[in-house]
Amino acid sequence: MKKKYAPIIVFVLMLPIFFVGLSRNKSELPSPLIGKIVPAFVLPSLIDPAVMINQANFNGRFVLFNVWATWCAGCREEHEFLMELSARDEISIIGLNWRDNRNDALNWLITLGNPYELSVEDKLGRTAIDWGVYGAPETFLINPQGVILYKHLGPLTERDWTLNFMPFLVTEQT
Amino acid sequence: MIPEIGQFALIISLCLTLCLGGFGLLGAHKNNTELMSLVKPLTHAQFIFIVMAFVSLAYSFLTDDFSVLYIATNSHSELPDLFKFSAVWGAHEGSLLLWILILSVWMILVANFSKALPRTFIARVLGVLGFLNFGFLLFTLVTSNPFERISPAPMNGSDLNPLLQDIGLAIHPPILYIGYVGFAVAYAFAIAAMLSGKLDQRWARWTRPWTTAAWLFLTIGIALGSWWAYYELGWGGWWFWDPVENASFMPWLIGTALIHSLAVTEKRGLFKSWTLLLAISAFSLSLLGTFLVRSGILISVHAFATDPARGVFILMLLCIVIGGALILYALRAPNMDEPIGFSALSRETFLLLNNVLLVIAATLILLGTLSPLVLEVFNGDKISIGPPWFELAMIVPMIPLIFLISLGMNTFWVEQSANKLRKKLQVPFILSILFGLIIPMYFYGKITLLLAVGTISALWIMTSSVLPLLKQCQTSLGRKSLTRSTLGMSLAHFGLGCFVFGVTIVSAFNIEADRRLSPGESIFVAGYQYQLRGLKDVEGPNYQAIEAEIDIFKNGNFLTQLRPQKRTYRVQKSPMTEAGIVAGWNRDLFVALGEDLGDGSWSIRIQYKPMIRWIWFGCFIMALGGLVAITDRRYRRQPS
Repeated sequence: MKKKYAPIIVFVLMLPIFFVGLSRNKSELPSPLIGKIVPAFVLPSLIDPAVMINQANFNGRFVLFNVWATWCAGCREEHEFLMELSARDEISIIGLNWRDNRNDALNWLITLGNPYELSVEDKLGRTAIDWGVYGAPETFLINPQGVILYKHLGPLTERDWTLNFMPFLVTEQT
Repeated sequence: MIPEIGQFALIISLCLTLCLGGFGLLGAHKNNTELMSLVKPLTHAQFIFIVMAFVSLAYSFLTDDFSVLYIATNSHSELPDLFKFSAVWGAHEGSLLLWILILSVWMILVANFSKALPRTFIARVLGVLGFLNFGFLLFTLVTSNPFERISPAPMNGSDLNPLLQDIGLAIHPPILYIGYVGFAVAYAFAIAAMLSGKLDQRWARWTRPWTTAAWLFLTIGIALGSWWAYYELGWGGWWFWDPVENASFMPWLIGTALIHSLAVTEKRGLFKSWTLLLAISAFSLSLLGTFLVRSGILISVHAFATDPARGVFILMLLCIVIGGALILYALRAPNMDEPIGFSALSRETFLLLNNVLLVIAATLILLGTLSPLVLEVFNGDKISIGPPWFELAMIVPMIPLIFLISLGMNTFWVEQSANKLRKKLQVPFILSILFGLIIPMYFYGKITLLLAVGTISALWIMTSSVLPLLKQCQTSLGRKSLTRSTLGMSLAHFGLGCFVFGVTIVSAFNIEADRRLSPGESIFVAGYQYQLRGLKDVEGPNYQAIEAEIDIFKNGNFLTQLRPQKRTYRVQKSPMTEAGIVAGWNRDLFVALGEDLGDGSWSIRIQYKPMIRWIWFGCFIMALGGLVAITDRRYRRQPS
């Protein structure tokens, strides 16, 4: 008679395993680039394609490197926060316009506002591959020595900024 | 507008399934004819509204409505129409909707093919299925609504995962799901039997065709998945012991055990509570399969979306569905078994052994799949249990199982004389050993113990699975007495033999070579000459690719040209390998393009895979056997 309860007991014993497995946060995909110097690139400026920009333009200050595109829903979502952040003057934001149409991108910046101090255009997506970009939007935090400190996946919010980005700025500056 | 119609249809079907569950179970409990008479119309109604929701989503995909979040994240205007359609189930939300749609199709089939069944029984079955669909509809609407809008709408979508842009993946999940969800029918039959407290041989007869139908789709689904991984992932393997694959293999093993145990319950009235437990387990493992894939509980190459809130909901659903059934089992099942004897040498014994071995195999895989998680919980280490463990865990129960299959098929129920059995199986046994040794020696020039065990047992199954057919034809000359049941059984086991043969040969004689090639150079692998003619850029509908042209020669004669590609999908930027494959009944030649090594040369992976087609061919024959068995006349007989 007792053995009829065995299946339910086994199932109950297995539940904690599932529960633990579920409560793990899998969205934090570690980037192998964290702690490394930024990958080198030379790309045309989005605003003026005749001007070439490379990673040396980051040096000497903290930089947010934001990967975006007009076809990307998440980028539209975070745009408002990026505008706000650039208005605060806490950090320079550099935009990488990824696999996009130049006219669409310029139109976007004109109508919605331009939060970027510099914008580069990665038409073929080669640079994005070097940076290990999974999908837009993605945001990298880079220190004055050109080392990547943190990478954020998905739309950036005020909460992400204060929780995950600000601590780096505070500790590195002191 | 259209997405709102879909959303609305989902909400209506949520209400309908709740009524169906309530009326079905309550009506059967109170024996209330009025409530029970509502069960079939409600089943039809929920089906219509779920189809409406599914069509709305598919229509929105095809018309590029990027104001729907799910479509914006999983489609793109450049995507070919076929993949816009298959993108409906390309991620979490839509595949749940597909799950729900398939369950409602099974419900419609049960409602329409159950005229011979007692009214209270069918009300309970449909009630249970209604509650199940209610649970999944609620899950979809609360945590994973595929119709959620975003404002403002993006100008274009962020594209379907390139891995999923393939015809194999377009049809693989639906077929796999038909199998998974099909076990819900066996589950509902088991719950209905436990609720009524009656389980007789007729019950097993009703349950058998549904179980076999689910099993045959699961077989095809797993085989398709394996075939897809073979040509699309670009590694040339056909099974990776990936958690997602294991998640589909476990219910298959338990489902196979269930089919055999149902046979005993139908013919002899034995193993009743065991059969119930297997029916519950097969569906529970199917749910775990859905749950493992969806929640990202385990790391896997196929893993889809991750969201803990969804996981917790699924966990609660599992507790109710599995926990509830097991509690009911603990309370009701013990009263069902009757003491009926059978001799040690009888078909019952062999089927019991079959069940024990299949359950051991499934348990070992479950342990291997979950143990990395357990270890991580205890000491935080990330350990992955690789193929060596699973291969060993498979071989140990499978070798005795394969040997016993032939005996079981050729043994009578109740009692069998050992002498007669020996006489019957002598010739096939000797032939199998002889050819099992000769074939690898003659064709491949090598023999090892494991290889010999593999080829001998493959031939042993194939030859002995023909015997029951011959016997049935002989004993009743003139009369048409070959039943579809027997034919199906023989076919399915013969297919298993083909499968074992393919697996054995390909694992023993597979040849792999990674070589550096410049245009004009050629190399020899397994007697075939591969010459790289050149490389060129190719433009696909939504990707760019580099394509190599490789000529293959056998004994100096031109055989064919292969064009493996390395693709980069424009929107998501992920590189993908498209292997070039020459298929043949006795060998595949597989060429994949590796990396650009500079100076114009490329690394190229070449593989010679003998008999690999037999793996999928064997699975197909197994499934065909299932199909033939379902059409047996006794399932169609109307009650007198």
